Amino acid sequence: MVPTLAGVILLVFLLFKFFGGDPSQILAGQVASAEQIDAIRRELGLDRPWYVQLGIFLREILTFDFGKSWMTREQVSDIFLTRLPATLTITVPILLLEVALAIPIAMLVAYYRGRLLDRVIMAVCVAAMSISFLVYIIVGQYLLGFELGWFPVQGWSDDFWRNLVVYAPLPVLLATLVSLAPQTRLYRSFFLDETKNDYVRTARAKGLSEPAILRRHVLPNALVPVLTNVSLLLPGVFVGSFLLEIFFSIPGLGREIYIAVNRSDYPVIQAFTVYLAVLTMFINLGADILYRVVDPRIQLR
Amino acid sequence: MAAILDLTPENAWSALWRRLREDRAGAVSLGIVAAYLFMILFAAAGILARGWSQEVGVPYANPGFLGERPNLEAALRKKTERKGVAPDLSKVDPLAPKYSEWERRTQALRTVEPERAMTLPWGGDRWGHDVLAKAIKGSQVSIAVGVAAALCASVIGTLLGAFAGFYGRWVNDVLEWLYNVFTSIPSILLIFSLAAVLRSGPFANWFASGIWTVVIILAVTGWTGMYRLVRAEYMKHRSREYVLAAQAIGASATSRMFVHILPNVSHVILVQLSLLVVAFIKVEVILSFLGLGVPVDMVSWGTMLSEAQTELVIGKWWQLAAATVFMAIFLTAFSMLTDSLRDALDPKLR
Repeated sequence: MVPTLAGVILLVFLLFKFFGGDPSQILAGQVASAEQIDAIRRELGLDRPWYVQLGIFLREILTFDFGKSWMTREQVSDIFLTRLPATLTITVPILLLEVALAIPIAMLVAYYRGRLLDRVIMAVCVAAMSISFLVYIIVGQYLLGFELGWFPVQGWSDDFWRNLVVYAPLPVLLATLVSLAPQTRLYRSFFLDETKNDYVRTARAKGLSEPAILRRHVLPNALVPVLTNVSLLLPGVFVGSFLLEIFFSIPGLGREIYIAVNRSDYPVIQAFTVYLAVLTMFINLGADILYRVVDPRIQLR
Repeated sequence: MAAILDLTPENAWSALWRRLREDRAGAVSLGIVAAYLFMILFAAAGILARGWSQEVGVPYANPGFLGERPNLEAALRKKTERKGVAPDLSKVDPLAPKYSEWERRTQALRTVEPERAMTLPWGGDRWGHDVLAKAIKGSQVSIAVGVAAALCASVIGTLLGAFAGFYGRWVNDVLEWLYNVFTSIPSILLIFSLAAVLRSGPFANWFASGIWTVVIILAVTGWTGMYRLVRAEYMKHRSREYVLAAQAIGASATSRMFVHILPNVSHVILVQLSLLVVAFIKVEVILSFLGLGVPVDMVSWGTMLSEAQTELVIGKWWQLAAATVFMAIFLTAFSMLTDSLRDALDPKLR
């Protein structure tokens, strides 16, 4: 983990140092005098050799202090912490809903495997996956929010419960609908993989009914790959909803980083990238440990 | 004498072709994808959709089958054009003495206002561009970006995967480290970082026009899956008998990697490549929508969708429909083709 983390920091540093624009020019704009540019260079440590700059970058990461955003002069760490709750309000319900819905649907489809219902649902899934997420959002926002008025078109407040009940439902609904198709397809294959195992044949041989086999024997075993899949989805909880946040004006992390990209606000992008990579690594570590608990056959190296 | 028993093994690619044709869904989707490819070729050669950027119709021209629908936007534009008499400001306007000279110069130039059609086959956008032509041109750009990026990502992933899997040891360790670094950054953040850097950095002018920014961003972020698969295949193959035999007759490492093993793992690469095409087209559409994708003087499915959002509110749904339908048909056909391809390449499956 430590080498990987070092690699992430190095990658982000090199990317912005050698491929990015000169920060002093971005900061000062086109009409800056030479003294102004020099002042900024001194402030950011740009007049020092690159390894000193890398040291500064490391210190910023370790002390959780990336200084101020270039554009809004807000503390970057404040931006990170104040935008996180809004993102989680959207993404956690999405994750819970999509897993909770995809498992029963996938089980149903696996039960009818090869028959008409299975093939119809799978064809619908392929077609649904071919339409861009954007189209779902645009049409959903227009139809359900604007035309029918069932949900507010966009907005956000300071009250968690009000956000969850009033503003979150439409984005959550749309995202769940979109992710349902790929999840169902994937979980169906997990169930079908399990049904090929010997223990299923044994269960059939002793006369168990097919639904009972699926529920009591296949389901617990198929939950192991489902868990893998959920752990892969977990990092997306933090920025995965950036499109929803942009469309529905939700002040979350994803929207913030999109704005930062448009403004070339490097400290914000760097900080978010490094911290979310660290979070991702911890989530993966947690998932690995969890497997060990769920499936004792897995050995951790 | 005619050979009754032909014992020469069937060529792998002709076997693939035969199996693809036998699979009905595969054959249909292959036909659709081929039709798209011809459309793209014609669009690239300038035979189809050449005039997508010309204002051939009135703003928001109705689709041909909805000709009678009132078009308030076009009517409004006409009205404001007729009314446009500026108030007399010659006393306070410092430029007033120049106007007569400019007037004279303007007389010398003739602008021809082309006849604008009231209806277009599939309607018009805000400027009166033909939406159907835009959708065709947009298909060309979106699919070209997806395919080019998938090819670049596949080359990177295959090369690195081949080295890691074939050589093992420290080469493998270094490349695994690189893989871990790239996969532990959430891909959307890597994409955004690259976009930020390529937009404002010293290379910004290189990439200012053209689709290469998107292709590079997608290739740099998307090679990891291919790397993993190819590496696993090479680890499996490097000690197979045919590779050892090649080594015994003096084949160099490069030759063993790319002449002997590569053809035997090419089916894995091909399937992953087509999966990447689908994924990259979807990402390109989103990036172009956000303004981080193809440049503004080009049209892709993503830029069409970004215009469609505001159009939908005033009831002009055809651009949204065109982009969605063109994209959905292609991606459905391509995904189904990938599925059939996988089945056809590996008959042992199922």
